[in-house]
Amino acid sequence: MTTAGAPVLEIRDLSVSFPTETGTVSAVDGVSLDLAPGEIVGMVGESGCGKSVTAMSIAGLLPGSARVTGSVRLDGTQLIGAREAALRRVRGREIAYIFQEPMTSLNPVLTVGRQIGEVLQVHERMSRRASRARAVELLTLVGIPSAAQRVDTYPHQLSGGMRQRVMIAMAVACGPKVLVADEPTTALDVTVQAGILQVLRNLRDQLGTSVLIITHDLGVIADIADRVVVMYAGRVAERAPVDDLFAHPRHRYTAGLLSASPQPGRHAGTDRLTEIPGLVPVLASQPDACTFADRCPAADERCRTAAPPLAGVGGTDHVAACWHPCETAPQEANR
Amino acid sequence: MTPQPNALEITDLVMHFGPVRAVDGVSLTIPRGRVTALVGESGSGKSTVGRCVVRLVEPTAGTVRIAGTDVTHLSRRHLRPHRGAVSIVFQDPAASLDPRMLVGEIVAEPLRLSGKRMSRREREARVAPQLERVGLRAEVARRYPHELSGGQRQRVSIARALISEPMLLIADEPTSALDVSVQASVLNLLADLQRDIGFACLFITHDLSAVEYLADEIAVMYLGQLVERGSRERIFARPAHPYTQALLSAAPVADPVRQRERQPVLLGDDLPSALDPPSGCRFRTRCPLAFDRCATEVPAQTAIGDGMAACHLVQPDGTGPDVRTADPSEVLS
Ligand SMILES: Nc1ncnc2c1ncn2[C@@H]1O[C@H](COP(=O)(O)OP(=O)(O)OP(=O)(O)O)[C@@H](O)[C@H]1O
Ligand SMILES: Nc1ncnc2c1ncn2[C@@H]1O[C@H](COP(=O)(O)OP(=O)(O)O)[C@@H](O)[C@H]1O
Ligand code: SF4
Ligand code: SF4
Ligand SMILES: [Mg+2]
Ligand SMILES: [Mg+2]
Repeated sequence: MTTAGAPVLEIRDLSVSFPTETGTVSAVDGVSLDLAPGEIVGMVGESGCGKSVTAMSIAGLLPGSARVTGSVRLDGTQLIGAREAALRRVRGREIAYIFQEPMTSLNPVLTVGRQIGEVLQVHERMSRRASRARAVELLTLVGIPSAAQRVDTYPHQLSGGMRQRVMIAMAVACGPKVLVADEPTTALDVTVQAGILQVLRNLRDQLGTSVLIITHDLGVIADIADRVVVMYAGRVAERAPVDDLFAHPRHRYTAGLLSASPQPGRHAGTDRLTEIPGLVPVLASQPDACTFADRCPAADERCRTAAPPLAGVGGTDHVAACWHPCETAPQEANR
Repeated sequence: MTPQPNALEITDLVMHFGPVRAVDGVSLTIPRGRVTALVGESGSGKSTVGRCVVRLVEPTAGTVRIAGTDVTHLSRRHLRPHRGAVSIVFQDPAASLDPRMLVGEIVAEPLRLSGKRMSRREREARVAPQLERVGLRAEVARRYPHELSGGQRQRVSIARALISEPMLLIADEPTSALDVSVQASVLNLLADLQRDIGFACLFITHDLSAVEYLADEIAVMYLGQLVERGSRERIFARPAHPYTQALLSAAPVADPVRQRERQPVLLGDDLPSALDPPSGCRFRTRCPLAFDRCATEVPAQTAIGDGMAACHLVQPDGTGPDVRTADPSEVLS
């Protein structure tokens, strides 16, 4: 998939901070990102890097205490600062979410058919009977076998993978333009995960849905993403088409992540994993420095006194925020 | 010279929680100084095997031998001298460390419980080098667990597990709750310690890339039973059991070009219940190659080198169909 065509979702300079008892937490700082129609963008980074906060801010899901600035446009319509009623309409019909733990988003006392049906009755003004028939279609679409029977089961009667499929069916019930999937397979076994990733791919292929998938698993990214955004400490560290990112990571954090993961065919007897010393910082304010400098093997004075801007690093649509981008293959980069 | 007994020998282990058949006849041997990975889906019984070995639960049947001693039915008092021989590390270091105890006390606790006569001074003297060994500064001993990061807490639980110099370490998802970069340091640490100290390890995990990195042998569990066992090299190169093949095909590799060529075998999400496992082969409800006999006859274990696979289609020479390439209709005709 290429990024041809006007983006369906356009995030510009998004920043989010939270006032807390111990002071302000700056969670997201100046994130920009486009999502083209029918494109799957993967967002990756360690926990606390601001992936979920970015995702939630798109359709106004953050708690009221959050201070959000910047711009999020859906087909040109500004969502930041939009009225709650307008956002609610957007959330039902245009932007849908799925999360790691489907059970917390499903109502345990309603059958899955009723839950999907309610979405259709509210947003599509469908009749009860029509919505039930549509629910069966949707369950089939997300790969649930014997959907006509499953439509009458309760969430607790389903496996974790089936529940996640039901969540996806609910999410796409009104044919949203954008699906935001925050760690949708993290709690699932790999055999089940493979099926869920397949469903997301099918939705894109059959309905043209754009997908923003958030994960910390580089394998999932390699499997499903067209383009990748690497987040670090609230900022975009690097953004590139998926092949380019894995073959030529330029930001030192991306290179570090890649060489920290065990590679097929490697064993402790002959290879050491490359560690990234230290931790993702929790920042009160955004420093005029590279936020990775404390952990970076290539950091110098400049990295500690000026924030590197996102800049082209060769290749099409490949940008990184690093004063000293890696030149070499990932395995060599951080040695 | 008499051969040294294995670090761990589990024979026909059964653990039923009321009607839940969590573990249903597992046999497994770990030689001294070797790492065996135990893999399988959530709920397949991996942790329960580990908990039986350290006697956190009392097995329903079967035997557990540690360094040649049958510890299955030893009373608490008679278990004591063997306590130090096996330790366990859990997935969630936050939940497994007592928040009211200082790190130093936590690490020294196994020495206190071992019943060996040792003064507080002697115990404390053992703690500092132990912390350094896992990459923590000695002053961490005076902190509380909540003052540490997730990776540091996991190092503390590894330090505690290893202070009694066990012959066997049970590591139950030790890196699953950690970020990639922290995971790397904990895997490196386990590899280093294992090489230097030479303990044997039962490494329980979902993460197949960590398995390939750390394990010597691999045991694959499905619904309370082992379906395959073998060397790391053999399992990754030539998995024999359809479930193992499907599992390996489903784990995505962090390389988009290679990943695009791979085709996961989709099994369907409906895991049968451990309350009422399917007759015959327990994998048959999801196996792409299942045929009549699979419903009526429990597959025998076919030896493959030092390991085995339990599937009707695996031949005595260890060969058989591969669900990743086989066309089910042809396999059975
Ligand atoms: N104390 C208990 N009482 C009742 N059932 C239990 C108990 N402990 C475990 N089980 C059940 O035994 C089965 C095996 O559980 P176990 O925790 O060993 O699985 P596991 O393979 O470690 O899974 P995971 O990968 O999720 O950690 C499951 O069906 C579980 O629900
Ligand atoms: N409601 C909130 N109040 C205060 N801080 C928050 C809140 N939500 C998230 N944060 C902080 O924002 C940062 C980014 O969090 P998050 O987006 O959840 O990370 P990720 O999804 O990448 O793991 C973290 O430091 C987190 O603690
Ligand atoms: S800007 Fe400097 S500190 Fe930051 S990643 Fe690049 S080299 Fe490292
Ligand atoms: S015995 Fe039958 S059902 Fe079981 S793994 Fe082999 S072919 Fe599949
Ligand atoms: Mg998150
Ligand atoms: Mg477990």
